[in-house]
Order: sequence, then C-alpha cells, then structure tokens
Amino acid sequence: MPGGRPPAPTVQYLLVTYAKRGRMRFASHRDVGRAFERAVRQAGVPIARSAGFSPHPKISYASGTQTGVASEAEYLTLALTAAQDPERLRSALDTALPDGIDVIEVREDSGGTLNSRLMVSEWLVELPGVSPEAAVAAAREFLASAEAHVERLTNKGVRRLDARGAVLTMDAGPRACADHSGACAIIRMVVRHTEPAVRPEDVLVALRQIAGLAAASSPAVTRVAQGVLGDDGLVGPGQPPAMAAGAGSPVPAPQAPVPQAQEFPAHAGPAQAPHTQVPYDEAPGAPHQAPARAPEQMNVP
Amino acid sequence: MPVESVYPRLEPLLPCVRKPIAYVGGEVNSVVKDWDGTDVRWALLYPDAYEVGLPNQGVQILYEVLNEQDGVLAERTYSVWPDLEALMREHDLPQFTVDAHRPVGAFDVLGVSFSTELGYTNLLTALDLAGIPLHSADRNGADRNGADRNGADRNGADRNGADRNGADRDPADGTWYPLVIAGGHAAFNPEPIADFLDGVVLGDGEEAVLAITAKVRDWKRAGRPGGRDGLLTTLATECHLYVPRFYDVSYLPDGPIARVAPGRPGIPPVVAKHTVMDLDNWQYPSKPIVPVAETVHERYSVEIFRGCTRGCRFCQAGMITRPVRERSITTIGAMVEKGVAATGFQEVGLLSLSSADHSEINEIAKDLADAYEDTNTGLSLPSTRVDAFNVTLADELSRGGRRSGLTFAPEGGSERMRKVINKMVTEEDLIRTVTTAYSSGWRQVKLYFMCGLPTETDEDVLAIAGLARKVIQAGREATGRRDIRCTVSIGGFVPKPHTPFQWAGQCGHEVVDARLRKLGAALRSDPAYGRAIGFRYHDGEPSVIEGLLSRGDRRVGQVILAAWRDGARFDGWSEYFSYPRWAACADEALDGEPVDLAWYTTRERDRDEVLPWDHLDAGLDHDWLWQDWQDALSGAAEVEDCRWTPCYDCGVCPSMGTEIQTGPTGERLPAGTRLLPVLGVS
Repeated sequence: MPGGRPPAPTVQYLLVTYAKRGRMRFASHRDVGRAFERAVRQAGVPIARSAGFSPHPKISYASGTQTGVASEAEYLTLALTAAQDPERLRSALDTALPDGIDVIEVREDSGGTLNSRLMVSEWLVELPGVSPEAAVAAAREFLASAEAHVERLTNKGVRRLDARGAVLTMDAGPRACADHSGACAIIRMVVRHTEPAVRPEDVLVALRQIAGLAAASSPAVTRVAQGVLGDDGLVGPGQPPAMAAGAGSPVPAPQAPVPQAQEFPAHAGPAQAPHTQVPYDEAPGAPHQAPARAPEQMNVP
Repeated sequence: MPVESVYPRLEPLLPCVRKPIAYVGGEVNSVVKDWDGTDVRWALLYPDAYEVGLPNQGVQILYEVLNEQDGVLAERTYSVWPDLEALMREHDLPQFTVDAHRPVGAFDVLGVSFSTELGYTNLLTALDLAGIPLHSADRNGADRNGADRNGADRNGADRNGADRNGADRDPADGTWYPLVIAGGHAAFNPEPIADFLDGVVLGDGEEAVLAITAKVRDWKRAGRPGGRDGLLTTLATECHLYVPRFYDVSYLPDGPIARVAPGRPGIPPVVAKHTVMDLDNWQYPSKPIVPVAETVHERYSVEIFRGCTRGCRFCQAGMITRPVRERSITTIGAMVEKGVAATGFQEVGLLSLSSADHSEINEIAKDLADAYEDTNTGLSLPSTRVDAFNVTLADELSRGGRRSGLTFAPEGGSERMRKVINKMVTEEDLIRTVTTAYSSGWRQVKLYFMCGLPTETDEDVLAIAGLARKVIQAGREATGRRDIRCTVSIGGFVPKPHTPFQWAGQCGHEVVDARLRKLGAALRSDPAYGRAIGFRYHDGEPSVIEGLLSRGDRRVGQVILAAWRDGARFDGWSEYFSYPRWAACADEALDGEPVDLAWYTTRERDRDEVLPWDHLDAGLDHDWLWQDWQDALSGAAEVEDCRWTPCYDCGVCPSMGTEIQTGPTGERLPAGTRLLPVLGVS
C-alpha cells in the first residue's frame, strides 16, 4: 500500500570501507552510489528503507573523491533490518560490484555521521614529467609560504581558497611512474577537510603558482587514507560516537604492507621542512593501489 | 596474434574529457574473451553516445547470443563525444571497444545497429577513427579488383591506419578490414549509406548473426577463398545478406530511379527480411550489462512480444516487424526473475510496441505485481494505448508505488486526423481514459501527438488545445482537485519507407513550426488552465533531414559524406545538429543532379515510381500498401487488427513463411512473493 506500511526498524549498522581503483577511478560519486544500491539488491542485503511512496535504501556516504581520482579509503554505512555477518556481507557485496569498486572491509558501527569522523585525507599524487628534485624544491617552497590562494570554479561560482592552510604535511620523492615513462615525482600529503574543500588539484595549482611545478600530463591522484591524524602520524578512521548496544567486534582485514609511519611528522606545520626521502616501497605494477592499512594501525575502539 | 589493449594510451586522455566512465568498460555482466581462443570476432557498434547505446536491446541481445558461442567473441563500441574524438585524432588512437579496448579495425565483422537515421554520420566517425576506409569499395585491400580502386583517394581515410590495429592479415590482400554490416529499424532503407556498408541484415538479428558467423568461420578455415568478395558473395546468396555493391542503380533523366538490379549472376534480385519465430526459444538478454555510468534507461527490459498489427499508417516499426510473436507468460516470468537477480535493477520494463495487447497481459501484470510486492521492484509498461483498460493495468503495476504520470498517444488532434492515420481513438475514449487515470490517483497525464501528418490543416493541430482543456476539466471534475496536470508533447512527422505513408509529401518545416506556434498560443490563451497544461515540442528542421535520410537513395550518400566532413556529428542531439550545414551540403553535393532536398522530402511520390527500397522486402504487399495509402486519403473504413479479425492480406505471413504466434496459454506464474536471494542471518 502506498506509504501504508511502516518501514522495518534498523537493527544493525555496518561501516563499509571500499576502494575506487583502476578504471573505476573515472566513476563519479553518483555512479558509485548507484552501483552500491544495485549491489545491495543483487546480494540480497536486508537494507533498511525510508518511509514514503518511493522508499530509499538507507545508505549514508561520506564525501567521495571526484571523478578521475582513485581511492583506497572511501566510507559508507549501511542500515540493516536483520543482523549480518560482516565478512559474509563484504564478500557478497564485492562479488556484486564491478571490479575496481572493491569492498575492503565491513565492520559493525554506531551509525553516527561519517563526515564528522573523517577530518583529514592523505593523498598520493604522481606527477608525470616532473623530476623528483623539482618536486622536493616546490614542496619546500609551498610549506614555507604562509598562504596560497587559488581559485576554483564551483557550482556556486568562483571560490577562493587558501590551499596552504589546509595542508598539514607534504612529502616529495621519486618513484617509477605508472605509465613507465621513467621516473617521476610523487607527492604525498595530508590535507584537512575544510569547507569549501581543498582538493589535491587546488594544491597542485598552488604548487604551479608558487614554484612553477607543472606535470607533463594529468597527474594520477589517489586518496590512500582518511580519518583523523593520529599521534603516530598515521591517518585512520576517526573514533565513532558510542557504539550501538550489541555491536560485535570488527572482523580483521587481511594483512597488508604498511607504509613507514615515521616519515610523517606527528604535528606537521608550516615551519616544518619537507622530507625528501623515498618512503614508499610499493609493489610495482599497482601504482594506484596503495596498500590497505592493517586495522590495528587505525584509531578504532 | 594477440591484439593489444589501447587502454594504456587512452587512460591519460580520460581526465580531459566529459563522462570518462563511458569509455572504461568493466560493467557487471560484460564479457572479455581471449582473443586467440576465438576465430570469429564481432565488434558491435551503436552509433550514439554510450548513455543512449548501452541500454539498446538489439546490441544487448546480439552481444549475448554471440558470446555464448564457443570460438566467437563480441565486444561493444559506441560513438565517442567530439572532445574525445579530437584527442584520439591528436594522439593517433583508433576507435576501440569498451570491453577489452581492442581496436575495432582488428575484428572480422563490425555490426552496426541503427535505431535512427540521424546516427549515419556517427558511423563515418567510427569508421574513420578505426582506420577503415569509408567506402566499401576501398576495403578490398591492395591489388585486388583494380576497378574498385578509383575511389580510393576521395575519402581521405587513413589507409595506414589499419596497420596500427594489428589486425589479421588477409593473405591475398595484405590488409583485412572488418566487414561493415548494418541492421536495425533505420537500416530497412540503407540506400543513403549503401556506399559505406558491406552488408545489411534486414529484420531480426538473432539467427542472422549466427549464420554469418558460421560462414565467416568456414571461409577463414578454407583459406579465405575469393577474398572479401568471395565471402560477401557467399553471405549474399546463402544468408539473405543485402550487399549493396552487388546491385546497380540507374536513374531516369528527371530524377527517379529507373532500375535496381543485381550486377552479377547468382545474386537475388530481392532481399527478404529475417524473422525469428518462437521467441520462447530466444530468451535474451538474460544477463544484461549493468552500466556504472548513468544511462537513459536503468531497468531490466523484457520484450513481451515482437511485432504489431494495429495498423497505424505512420508507424514503420509496426509495419516491418510483422507478424506478432508473443512470449508466453511463463517465459516472461522466468526472464524477469533471472534478469532482476543478475543485475540488481529495481525496475522491470515490459517492452513491446503496444504492451497492453499481449493476450495475457492481465495475468502477467497481476502475477508479477504479486511476486514482487514488498521487494521495492518497480514494474512499468512503457507504451500505453488510449484505453481505460490500460489504466487498470498501470494501477496494478504501480501497486505500492507512487502514481506520478501516465502517457497516452492519440497522435492526431482531431478525429478526422486520427482516422487518416488509422489510430481509431475517439474523444470519448480519451476523456474516459484520463478520467479513470485521474480518479485512480494519477496526477499527470502526458499526451503524444504528431504535426505535419498527411492532409493535416491548422485546425487539426489546434484541436489539440481543445482536447487538452477537456482532459483537465474531466480530471478536475473527477478528483475535485486543482493540482492535476496534462502535458502535450508533439513532434514533426517523418514519412518512412515500408509504410502506407512512404509515398507522402513531407510537410515543410516552416509549416510545422507555424502550426506549433499557433498551438502554443492556443494552449496559453485561457488563464483558467494556466499551469495545468504543459507544452513540449520539437522544431521542424531536424525532421526534414531525418526525412532526407529516411527516404533517400544512393545519391544522398554524397550529402552525408559532405555533412560529416563539414563536422556533422551526433545529429540526433539538438546541441550538435545544424540545419544550415545539412541544407548547404545537400545543395553542394546534389549540384548537377536533377534532385534536391525538397525532391527527397516534400515531394509526393506516385504509384509507379521505383522507390529506393523496393528491392528490400519487409513482406508487405505493394498493392496493399498503396490501397491503404489511398484509403487514408479518402477517409475510408479503418483497418482492424488481424489478431482478432480476419486477415486483411498485408502480405507478410505468406511471403515470409511466418504466422501470428499469440496466446492465451492459460498458464499462471507461481504464487507468493518472489524473494531475492537473501544472505544468511547471523
């Protein structure tokens, strides 16, 4: 009956960590949302729905990366009307999704809003045609600047942003480029979530303005983590509000190589000099697939 | 020899283009097969943007039919938007498939599905980007059929382009270009693009692609006897493939065609369409591709029957797809169950040319609504006749959902006009239908009309305004509410081949636009109806070019080539279509010929004129078509539907060896809610 039956109550919230890899980096946030809605139906997930004439599945998305930007650390929560085993659900969802939209981990959650727990993002930017030396010098100049104003065209017109103010750490070093065109510079940075958001592309504009740094072709950008910047310098999911009663313990994800934490200063600030080492030792052939972080490295309860 | 993916070279370009997700493939249910493990390879082109082409049923069906075969590979390719086209030219990147990003030039066959004539220029873009010579005469390779080589330079295609495809080599000729084979409704008169095609499949494609595949395989295994020409000869004589270059066309001094005849022995003078019988044996698509990108239709569509014998005289689809062949209720139920499970789509479309005419539509609607109640699965009937019964059906299908809008197509504004087109709907029928709709909770009714129909006057079009007001009045009386709406949607009529109106003079765009302006003014003239009546219309100019391409002959090929060279792309999109470009190119390309744009469009044909598609047989009897055209003009009695009245000898069944296949079967779908697979509860 139209709107006649009250929707079934939510008994469990699940926090889903997923990646947007390879070809699927070109999916928009809306595309990813539709893919999840279909996967939830195809996998038979007992998803809770809103009331009304056209009930919507209760899936809450954290802000996504923009079209063309890959990610190893996207988050959403599912509200369920029947409790599910997180790992079984992870596997079923992953099977129903296209390759490249990959479910990394599913665990029980409080259902609190995601954006309030996700304060910073760690980004990895590959700059084709840029020498590591030039990137190091540019990063040093950028970090030494008090501010870096850039303009971006948004739906609400041209927005003026301070790209420098949002950047907590920045690190540059050489690495083999994804397209095998030889060595290219890699910049890794931790950026605060602000309103309006400062995106990696804004920082790149600032690097060009300040230090004349320009890539030969489109830089490949990957979000490698998001959450809070911990005392150990690692970015991980923020501490959720009080867990819902009866919530179980998270299921561990498979072990994966963990980047060296000490390369990130715990409380980086404008006065800090950038690091110039090559801290990243990733497997060749998977340039956009930064290793997933092991759960024990994250700030979770 | 394996064919390399062009993706590594494409990827750096994608951040610079709109909607890059349309070019990456990787969709759920897409198929990538090993190149070397197959010996017949098809690229399937839908010559429009991915967002339009992906949901196309024809491509989805053939993709599945072909990929189910061992040793056969089929991949999809779509038109790239001009931003990517420019980058592909700059970076020397060929037209590619989205499945494995293989160069289209490397395949054995390029199958092209035309739903509209406005996709013809996009075919040329795809061929050119693929490095395939635009003219079929130039695809024989070096040193063969020297006579065909004269035109080689006129197309400016990159003849070296094929080398970068890494294609199979034709041992005799050095270079193999894919056979370019067209199909689809808009290929039922392929003459305007005949020079660019190697072959045309008329009618249903399911069996035809398998027959062609078998012949291509035999020919390759036998060492390619006779080269390209040998293969085409086999396909023309044994597979009903229309090979345009095997036919010579001569013209009379004043313009019309004198004769179309095979230019070599053994080639059939008339090519018959393909008809697939027993659709229950062809349950495709069963696992349709689920796009990541947003597309025009996001639903699982099941064709509940093919063909239509309502006899609307303007309707090409209804004429060329006869006879009616139903799928049984049990097959439909099984296809829906599998299709929804394989895709996660939350809407199911029950497709056909007039879905409410299925002999067991009541049972289908009720049983599917029962089975999917409480699963948040929407059911829809895309085409609705003006009939209160259809409202009842729509009520059933929308059980539990929002009743937003219903669409009806009276097509003609006045009763006289509807009689001319054989759309026998009275004003009473319409008012009764919309009253039922508004009373059962529907808030919006959309009415489709055409402008520029044969014998039409201003009064016929202005009658639409009176009709719309009566609809609103009826709705307000039935519901006591003021928030009901009626939208009038109207477009220009284009006479189509293989219909009784194929002889009609098309109405000029000035006349169509003037009538639409008058109608708009009339609809707005009474403030009592204010915002209750919406008005949507299409300008007349694109219809004129569609008319040129629909009823053109081979001379129109020069116009298409000239327009494409001048930049014509995506002509079905108003932001790209340019009437002045097409008009200028028609003038230029037809200079020196006794024909022009008006000759092809607004001129009425007489009975004896040889029409460009007369040698292409949809089964319709020429005399029956002509008599139906005369009956339209004289306002003679209506033509009934042969499903429930005696045969009226349109000619299709006897000439094609087919018959009407309808129920009722008396079967029902299993009772109870059809649950989707559910994960175990922990």
